[in-house]
Amino acid sequence: MEAGVVVKVSGPLVVARDLPDPKMYDLVKVGKDRLMGEIIELRGNRASIQVYEETAGLGPGDEVISTGEPLSVELGPGLLTSIYDGVQRPLDVIRARYGNYVTRGVEEPGLSRERKWPFQPAVKVGDEVVAGDVLGTVQETTVILHKVMLPAGVEGKVSHIGEGDFNVEDTVAVVETSGGEVPVTMMQRWPVRRPRLYREKMAPSEPLVTGQRIVDTLFPISMGGTACVPGPFGSGKTVLQHAIAKWANAQIVVFVGCGERGNEMTDVLLEFPELTDPYSGEPLMLRTVLIANTSNMPVAAREASVYTGITIAEYYRDMGYHVALQADSTSRWAEALREISGRLEEMPGEEGYPAYLGTRLAAFYERAGRVICLGREGRVGSVSAIGSVSPPGGDLSEPVTQATLRVVKVFWGLEDRLAFARHFPAINWLNSYSLYQEKVEEYWNQEVDEAYAELRAEAMGILQREAELQEVVRLIGIEALSDQERLVMETAKSLREDFLQQNAFDDADAFTSLMKQYRLLRLIVTYHRLANRELEKGRPIEELIDLPVQEEIARAKFIPEEEMERFDRLEEKVAEQLAGEASQVNA
Amino acid sequence: MLKEYLTVREIVGPLILLEGVEGAKYNELVEVEFPDGSVGLGNVLEVEEDLVLLQSFEATSGLNIARTKVRFTGRGLELPVSRDILGRVFDGLGRPIDNGPRIIPDERLDINGNPINPFARDFPTDFIQTGISAIDGLNPLVRGQKLPIFSGAGLPHSRLAAQIARQAGVLGMEEEFAVVFAAMGITFEEAEFFVQEFRSTAALERAVLFINLADDPAIERIATPRMALTAAEYLAFELDMHVLVILIDMTYYCEALREISAARKEVPGRRGYPGYLYTDLATIYERAGRIKDAKGSITQIPVLSMPDDDKTHPIPDLTGYITEGQIILSRDLHRRGIYPPIDVLPSLSRLKEKGIGVGKTREDHSPLSNQLFSAYARGKEAKELAVILGEAALSDEDKLFVQFSDTFEDRFIRQGEYEDRSIDETLAIGWELLRILPRAELKRVKEEHIRKYMEGADQA
Ligand SMILES: Nc1ncnc2c1ncn2[C@@H]1O[C@H](COP(=O)(O)OP(=O)(O)OP(=O)(O)O)[C@@H](O)[C@H]1O
Ligand SMILES: [Mg+2]
Repeated sequence: MEAGVVVKVSGPLVVARDLPDPKMYDLVKVGKDRLMGEIIELRGNRASIQVYEETAGLGPGDEVISTGEPLSVELGPGLLTSIYDGVQRPLDVIRARYGNYVTRGVEEPGLSRERKWPFQPAVKVGDEVVAGDVLGTVQETTVILHKVMLPAGVEGKVSHIGEGDFNVEDTVAVVETSGGEVPVTMMQRWPVRRPRLYREKMAPSEPLVTGQRIVDTLFPISMGGTACVPGPFGSGKTVLQHAIAKWANAQIVVFVGCGERGNEMTDVLLEFPELTDPYSGEPLMLRTVLIANTSNMPVAAREASVYTGITIAEYYRDMGYHVALQADSTSRWAEALREISGRLEEMPGEEGYPAYLGTRLAAFYERAGRVICLGREGRVGSVSAIGSVSPPGGDLSEPVTQATLRVVKVFWGLEDRLAFARHFPAINWLNSYSLYQEKVEEYWNQEVDEAYAELRAEAMGILQREAELQEVVRLIGIEALSDQERLVMETAKSLREDFLQQNAFDDADAFTSLMKQYRLLRLIVTYHRLANRELEKGRPIEELIDLPVQEEIARAKFIPEEEMERFDRLEEKVAEQLAGEASQVNA
Repeated sequence: MLKEYLTVREIVGPLILLEGVEGAKYNELVEVEFPDGSVGLGNVLEVEEDLVLLQSFEATSGLNIARTKVRFTGRGLELPVSRDILGRVFDGLGRPIDNGPRIIPDERLDINGNPINPFARDFPTDFIQTGISAIDGLNPLVRGQKLPIFSGAGLPHSRLAAQIARQAGVLGMEEEFAVVFAAMGITFEEAEFFVQEFRSTAALERAVLFINLADDPAIERIATPRMALTAAEYLAFELDMHVLVILIDMTYYCEALREISAARKEVPGRRGYPGYLYTDLATIYERAGRIKDAKGSITQIPVLSMPDDDKTHPIPDLTGYITEGQIILSRDLHRRGIYPPIDVLPSLSRLKEKGIGVGKTREDHSPLSNQLFSAYARGKEAKELAVILGEAALSDEDKLFVQFSDTFEDRFIRQGEYEDRSIDETLAIGWELLRILPRAELKRVKEEHIRKYMEGADQA
């Protein structure tokens, strides 16, 4: 093949001239180490290339070869439990072969060519099939049945179907189409920057239950929804993302560590195989795909990593699974975009970010959603996308946060003030929001309890009232408050400490089912309602606080899921103690 | 034969533009020969056709266009290493400055290193006892962690860093350790303090020092932390040592980076720092950690001074986004004569959960620290209220919290520069302080722990 020639090297940006037939976003190999890169600009006979690997040692005159194909991922059995870099190179294989450091010019396919998978046919010879139809299945892990689908653009009659053990390159079926016979393997390739196809998009309805109380009850996200988690450093973005990856009722989790710490990926790698999915009872790792392009790894591959991640997520969605795609942190992705843009000497927008930052972010989040998949079966799958945002100095007015807020529907705003007081998750309950609230309430009413939505509204009201009252206290002092108002302060404190606070590192507290969330909230609000009634009867606030049962309320979050009836007894106790004191007084 | 060029076209600040060059490589090391015959080092920042943009590590004063010679070495900047680097003092570019013998290298290592494969990492879990309560009790350091000290002009960060280096040890382990110390842009006196410190504790023979002082070339600083970390990686992963790396002061490092960026007329990010500052810092800080099957480890304590004590300044901000927590020093505590003036609330150790508890420190460590944090936070909040409304406006409970936070600062945070508290002593002080508070307020600690550690202590 004819080759182009490097004329310029500036960090991750390489300019080559005379590449034969270059196309935008084609994948190229640069230099004698064959470093991977992608064409991102064409001017005359010059092509600008972002290189996914360290470019030290490259110089003018080095050879550039174009593969003629866009950057793609390999999709098929073997994705689950894998850990990839930003361009889908398997990091475990790379370590086994090249040692502890990621060196340059490593070429390893995303899916193992050796491994054989037991293929179970789902169609027979003579069946008519269209794109998206399931030709057969592979038990990829004990929890996930991998569906081998007819790739987009193919339609016809099955003329051969295999059964038994195959590797991902073996032909498992042949489809006779109008254009001739098409062999089908268990592996597809898909260009990462192109959304995968589906039949129809639908509005989200069910919640993605994360087991995190403040998220599920106050600011829920839907399956197929989008959410962002902005917050200054150390405010708990990663811990929240990890908690969601662990406990959400998604069937598949794709976690993209985008420009963050190496140890955080190690943490997931060591922990997930040990943890049990509360829904399937199997190790969490069996439903997880990790993409790790840490902060010290090449910046262009970081830019690609979120696309690699979401393409894999869409692939499992196409099988009819509910997938959670998490990116920690999208700010690092945006910074990668900015760095490349700067090297291209593009006209900068705000804070040096390229003017197309907003469009790129929107296009990324648009790939989330609940869809009817291709294929005649009419499977329904979803991708929920949750991105961390790391605003410089915690200042939410910066471009990445602002561009993100324009597209996502849920905002979990983390605050350092709360984190300093070790109130975790440090989500500000006053300014966070979810636009899925109403939809989710319908679901609660059917699946949990009809009173859920009302309880939530009452709790939110109490928390908002507390904020107003705190102002008064700050200016005039606590004596300025009426007894009713002091009760609000008391209940709000209990809501904050006994409901909202959730320790991600405590085994009993890390996950709470919707039913338990509801019972816990009801317990606190019951106390509030009953105490209020007593106040109306004229009893002083002092008699209604510091009750022994309040210590039990404080520990109620540790009540095991199997012992839900203990909440009944606690509610009775609340009633007794509030009334009991009254009878003493009356006596 | 090295290729030599006399074709300088421009000199702008630390940058040199050269034309008519053939075969230059990105990031290649060059030698720059000054008209007076002295030789400095530089490296390639950008090549385009026959044009090469260099950064000179040496100050460019004295260079001229006509008589400056540039030689291309065909390799990157390297550090020659062998076991003999221990006990030695180098300049910011790794050249010995202690009048000792030349290092006869076993290897020459590229100072940029390669990223550790995340799959090769092992999670840091070994608690390092520093003997400092504010760290051990509340923001514990773990072997393989990167935990910076955020300080300000005039605060005792050097004394604190030296105390950590002096006292740090893993409970129940006697293993080979080393200290790698990199000074960037600090004063002679500050650097000398560390050298004396290492000398007096006989730690010098276990230390490797890289010194770039305030009056040394600023651009050289860009290489200094990478020199230090290359030495650290060699000691940790080839010689199986546990290495503590102290990098001081990262602020001057960042300023050198800004100088280059400004000279290149790059679009500046916040406060003139380049947009890639995060990534650049990450290539330094991420060179800490543990590797599976490797005996050694690298623990990093970068020190930086926050301009105007501002935590949101890009240098501390981006550092905090990369490191695994931070120890923040407080001018207020310092003014009140409290050493170490560690502001524990905004300080954080992200690895603490995995580094403490049963089998590491003690079962009550984590809940106790949570309780101390929240009680101290509440006490400080109440104190602020008292400033506005007067002491009388506080509830009786709040008054107790105020008393708690004062005592906490005085007994728990404050300690001597040579006082080495065991973790048991630290925790015992914590429990004792909690007795100031009403029992019902101790929501974060377990009943059984209260009985065992707080009330059990009553009878003793
Ligand atoms: N739910 C939680 N329960 C207990 N501790 C928590 C929780 N959330 C956060 N923390 C504490 O806060 C620390 C910082 O959290 P985390 O690493 O998630 O911050 P971050 O926002 O991702 O920061 P960065 O932007 O620097 O990555 C954790 O190490 C942990 O100690
Ligand atoms: Mg994080």
